[in-house]
Amino acid sequence: MAQLEIRSHRGFRLAERLLRLDWLLVVLVCALGAVGIGMLISAAGGTTEPWAARQIVWFGAGLVVMLAVAVIDIGFWLRAAYTIYGLAFILLVSVELLGAAVMGAQRWIDIGVIQLQPSELMKIALVLALARYFHGIPLDALGRIRIYIPPLLMILAPAALILRQPDLGTALLLALGGGIMLFLAGLKAWKMGVAVAVVLGSGPVVWQFLHDYQKARILTFFDPEADPLGAGYHILQSKIALGSGGLFGKGYLQGTQSHLNFLPEKQTDFIFTMMAEELGFFGVTGVLLLYLAIATYGVVISSRSNNHFGRLLGMGMTVTFFFHVFFNVAMVIGLIPIVGLPLPLISYGGSAMLSLMLGLGLLLCVGVHRDVVISRRPAGGGSP
Amino acid sequence: MRGETGRANLFTRRAFIVGGAQALLTAGLAGRLYQLQVVESERYTVLADENRINMQLLPPARGRIFDRFGRILAENRLNYRLVVVPEAALDLDAALSKIAALVTIEDHDRERVLREARRKEVFVPIMVRENLTWEEVSQIEVNAPDLPGVMIDVGRRRLYAFGADTVHIVGYVGAVTESELTDDPLLSLPDFRIGKNGAEKTLETSLRGEAGARQVEVNAYGRVIRELGRRAGRPGDDHMLTVDLGLQQYVAARFGDESGSAVVLDIHSGEILALASLPSYDPNMFTAGISNQQWRELISHPRFPLSNKSITGQYSPGSTFKMIVALAALEGGEVSPGHRFYCPGYLELGNRRFRCWRRHGHGHVAMVKGLTQSCDVYFYEVAKRVGIDRIAAMAERFGFGRTLDIELPGEKPGLVPTSDWKLAAIGEPWQGGETLVVGIGQGYLLTTPLQLAVMVARIANGGIAVQPRILGETIRDGQPLAPERPAFPTMGMSPAHLDIVREGMLNVVNDPEGTAYRARIEEPTLAMAGKTGSVQVRRISESEHRSGVVKNEDRPWKERDHALFVAYAPIERPRYGVAVVVEHGGSGGSVAAPIARDILREVQRRDPSARAPLLAPAVRPSESA
Repeated sequence: MAQLEIRSHRGFRLAERLLRLDWLLVVLVCALGAVGIGMLISAAGGTTEPWAARQIVWFGAGLVVMLAVAVIDIGFWLRAAYTIYGLAFILLVSVELLGAAVMGAQRWIDIGVIQLQPSELMKIALVLALARYFHGIPLDALGRIRIYIPPLLMILAPAALILRQPDLGTALLLALGGGIMLFLAGLKAWKMGVAVAVVLGSGPVVWQFLHDYQKARILTFFDPEADPLGAGYHILQSKIALGSGGLFGKGYLQGTQSHLNFLPEKQTDFIFTMMAEELGFFGVTGVLLLYLAIATYGVVISSRSNNHFGRLLGMGMTVTFFFHVFFNVAMVIGLIPIVGLPLPLISYGGSAMLSLMLGLGLLLCVGVHRDVVISRRPAGGGSP
Repeated sequence: MRGETGRANLFTRRAFIVGGAQALLTAGLAGRLYQLQVVESERYTVLADENRINMQLLPPARGRIFDRFGRILAENRLNYRLVVVPEAALDLDAALSKIAALVTIEDHDRERVLREARRKEVFVPIMVRENLTWEEVSQIEVNAPDLPGVMIDVGRRRLYAFGADTVHIVGYVGAVTESELTDDPLLSLPDFRIGKNGAEKTLETSLRGEAGARQVEVNAYGRVIRELGRRAGRPGDDHMLTVDLGLQQYVAARFGDESGSAVVLDIHSGEILALASLPSYDPNMFTAGISNQQWRELISHPRFPLSNKSITGQYSPGSTFKMIVALAALEGGEVSPGHRFYCPGYLELGNRRFRCWRRHGHGHVAMVKGLTQSCDVYFYEVAKRVGIDRIAAMAERFGFGRTLDIELPGEKPGLVPTSDWKLAAIGEPWQGGETLVVGIGQGYLLTTPLQLAVMVARIANGGIAVQPRILGETIRDGQPLAPERPAFPTMGMSPAHLDIVREGMLNVVNDPEGTAYRARIEEPTLAMAGKTGSVQVRRISESEHRSGVVKNEDRPWKERDHALFVAYAPIERPRYGVAVVVEHGGSGGSVAAPIARDILREVQRRDPSARAPLLAPAVRPSESA
C-alpha cells in the first residue's frame, strides 16, 4: 500500500520525456494557432497590426509554457494541486477588491507583464484540485454522498464568484467542467440527474443574481430579431455573416460583414463568425474537426494513463477545452445566449492563450507520464 | 489493486461516453452551421448586401430655359459651398473661428453648424456657407493647410440671368414641401429644388430629368468605403420659350413706374412674344435665400409684384369689349353697320340715366364711328337690341370666360355674365340695365390681359381661333423634339363683319376724331389699329357728375381708372397683337395707347416672328461661374 509516488523516478530524463510527448497533439495545436493568426490578419484588414503580431508572440510563449508544463514531473502537479487552487481562489477573491474594471467586468489583475485573469487560472486549478481529490478516493467510497460535498464546494465557490464579476461564460464552464469531472470520477448517473435538476430548478434564483445585460442577452437569445439594433444586434449580424458565407465562403480577407464592422468583436469572441463568412461551411467544419480531434485525442491520452490523477486531470483539461470551443461556437451561431467566451487558440488575447496552453500542457504531461503509477496517498499530500 | 482497476475501468467507460458526447455536440454545431450557411444562405446573403450597400442618388442637371432666340433665361451655376468635416477639423469651434477670419460667417450659421455637428456622425460634412465668391473660395484654398477638415464643395444653383424681367414667365425653383413629395426619390434629397412657379413649374417633370444612382459600400457607421457601380441618370430637357427676351425687356422698361400688364403675341401662331407683369421681383432672391423682411415686403406690396397679372389679373375690359358687342350685333343681324343711333350724352332706361363718356354726346353715330369715338350710348343701344346672352356667346367664341390653357400656372378664367349665370350665382334675375353696362365692357364682366390679346389676335387674323402658347421646342440631348401643332380652326365669322370692326379700330388710332389719335404710328408700313378702354374702379356718384368730374390725376392712385389698350399691326397683313393694361393709369387713350404703340413699333422693328428661332446650343456650355 505504501508504494510511494513515482516508480522509476530516476533515469526518466528530459530527453526521454520529450520523446514520449504526443507530438501529433502539438501539431494540431500549432495548426489551430496558425489559423488564428491568419484570421487576425484578416480581421485587421490584411495587416499583422494590431493583433496578429502580438498573437504570434503570445502563441510562441504559450507553446513554451505548454511544453514546459508537459515535461514537469506529474508528481509535482499532484502535490501542488491544492496550493494552486488556493492561490487561484485568493486571486479570485482579490479581484473583487483590486481588479480594475474592464468593459464593465472586473476580471483582470495587472501584474506588469500581462493582465492576469484569475478566472482563467481557476479553470485549470479546479481541474487539478478535483483530480487530486478523487485520486485519493477509493472505489468503494464513491457510493457515499458526503464525499461529494468538498468537491461541490470547490466547484461552486469559484463559480459563484466568477458569476458575480460577472462572467457568465467562465462560470458556466467551471460548473459544467466540474460536473463532468464528478461524473468521470464515478458519481452515479441518477445522482447526476438529481444535481442537474437542482441546478435547473435554481434557475429563477440565479436569474436574480444576473446583471441586466446578462438577462438581456438571454432574452435576446430567444428572439434576436425583436430588437435588431439593440441587444439582438450582435447575434443577428453574426447570423447574417455566417449565412452569407455559404458553402465556400467569400474568400480570405473578403468578408463584408466583418470588414465593414457590422460584426462586433470580430477579433475575439466573434472570430468564428468571421471565419465562417470568409472560409464558408467547409472551412469552419474543418476547423471544428481540428478541435474535435484534440478533444478526442485528449480522451485517448487520459484513458491510457496508469494513474487516476492523470486520467482525471487529462479528461478535465480535455472537457474544459472542448466546452470552451463549444460555448463559443454555439453562441455565435445562435444556439445559446451570448456568454462571452473566446475561441481557444484562435481568438485574440494573451491571458486566455496562456491559460489554455497551460491546460493543454497538463494534458500532454498526463501523456508523458502515462506509465507512472501513483499511490492514492502521496507523501506530503494533505488528507482529503 | 482490484480497486484501482475498477476505478480505471469505470473512468474509461465514462471518458468514452464524454468523448462521444463531444463528437455529438460537434456534429450538432456542424448541423446548425449547415442550416445557416447552406440551407438559409440565400436569405442571409441578401441581408448582408442590404447591410453594406447603399444607393446614393445622383441628382440630374436641371434642364435650362431659353428664349426663342436661344438666350438663356434659367441655367445652373456652380454653387461653391464651404463644408467642414468635424472628424478632420478636430476642434470644430476653433476651425469655425479660423474660417470666420477669412470669410464672413453669420452667428446663426455658426450655431447651426455646431448644432448639426452634435447630431450627425463625425465624418458627415456640414455646410457652413454657400454661394461663396471666387475671392472667398481662393481665400479658403490658399489657407487650406491651416484648415484641416475644411473643404470647398461644389453644388448647383439655379440662376435667372434676367431675373425680374422674366420671372412671371420662367418662374423659379424652391425647396420641396411635404405636400409636393411624390414617389420620385429625388424629391427627398435635402438640397433638391423643384419648380414653384412659371415655366419652371409647368415643365417640372421634363426639366427635372431622371436621377442617376451610385451604389456604394458602407460600413456599419455609414461611412462610404468604395463605389460599386454607377447608373447614369438623364439630365433634364432644355426648353425654348416663344418669348423674345429683347422685347420682353423692352416692354418692362417701357412701363417704367406704372403697374399693369402687357401681352404681345403673334396673331397667326399664337406664340407669346412678351408677357409682362409689373412691378416685378428678382427670383434669384429665392434661390440665394430670401430674408424675412424681403419676403414681407413682397407679399404686402400694394402693387402685388408676386402675381402674374397677365394671366391672373381679372379686369373689366371696358371699351375694348365693344368689338365683341359690335360683332355680336352684326353676326346676329340685329343692327346693320350703317344704322345710326342718336347720342345726346346719355341713354335713359326706366328711371336710370346711362351716361356716355362724352358729356355732350356724339350726335348721330353708326358702327364705325361708334368704335372710333367709343360712343357709349351707341353701344348701349346695340347691347339693348342684342341682349346679354348673345353678347356672352360672342365673347366666349373669342376666348373670354374660360382659361386659354396657356402653359403657365395660375391662369384665371375671367367672367362672362349671362342671365342664367346671374340667377345661379346671385339668385336674382338679369336686369336690362345690366346688359347696357356689359355693352361698354363693365359690370360683372372680367377678362385677363391674355384674353384681351387673344381677342385682338382673332379679330386681326380674320377669325381664326388662335390659341396662345408660350412653350417652344423641347430639346433632349441636343435634339429638338417637334410636337404636333394642329392648325387652328376658323371661327366661322363673316369677313365683312370683321372688316367693319377692323375699320373702326383703324380709325381709333388714325382718324383725328379717334380716341387714340395721338398715339398713332406715323410710319405707314408700321401703322397700328386698336381700341382704347378706361375702367372705373369706383362708382362715380351722381353728385360728382353734377359738380363736374374730378380729374383722374387728382384722385389717389388706388382710385384712378385702369387704362387699357388693345391693338394690332401692321394694318396690311397684320402680324402682331398686343393688349396693355395700366393699373390705375387713367385713360386708355392717353396712357395705355402710347405704351402699346411703342411696343408694336418695337416688335415690328425686331420682327421676331420673321426671324428663324435659333435652337439652343446642342452642347451644354460649361456650367462654370
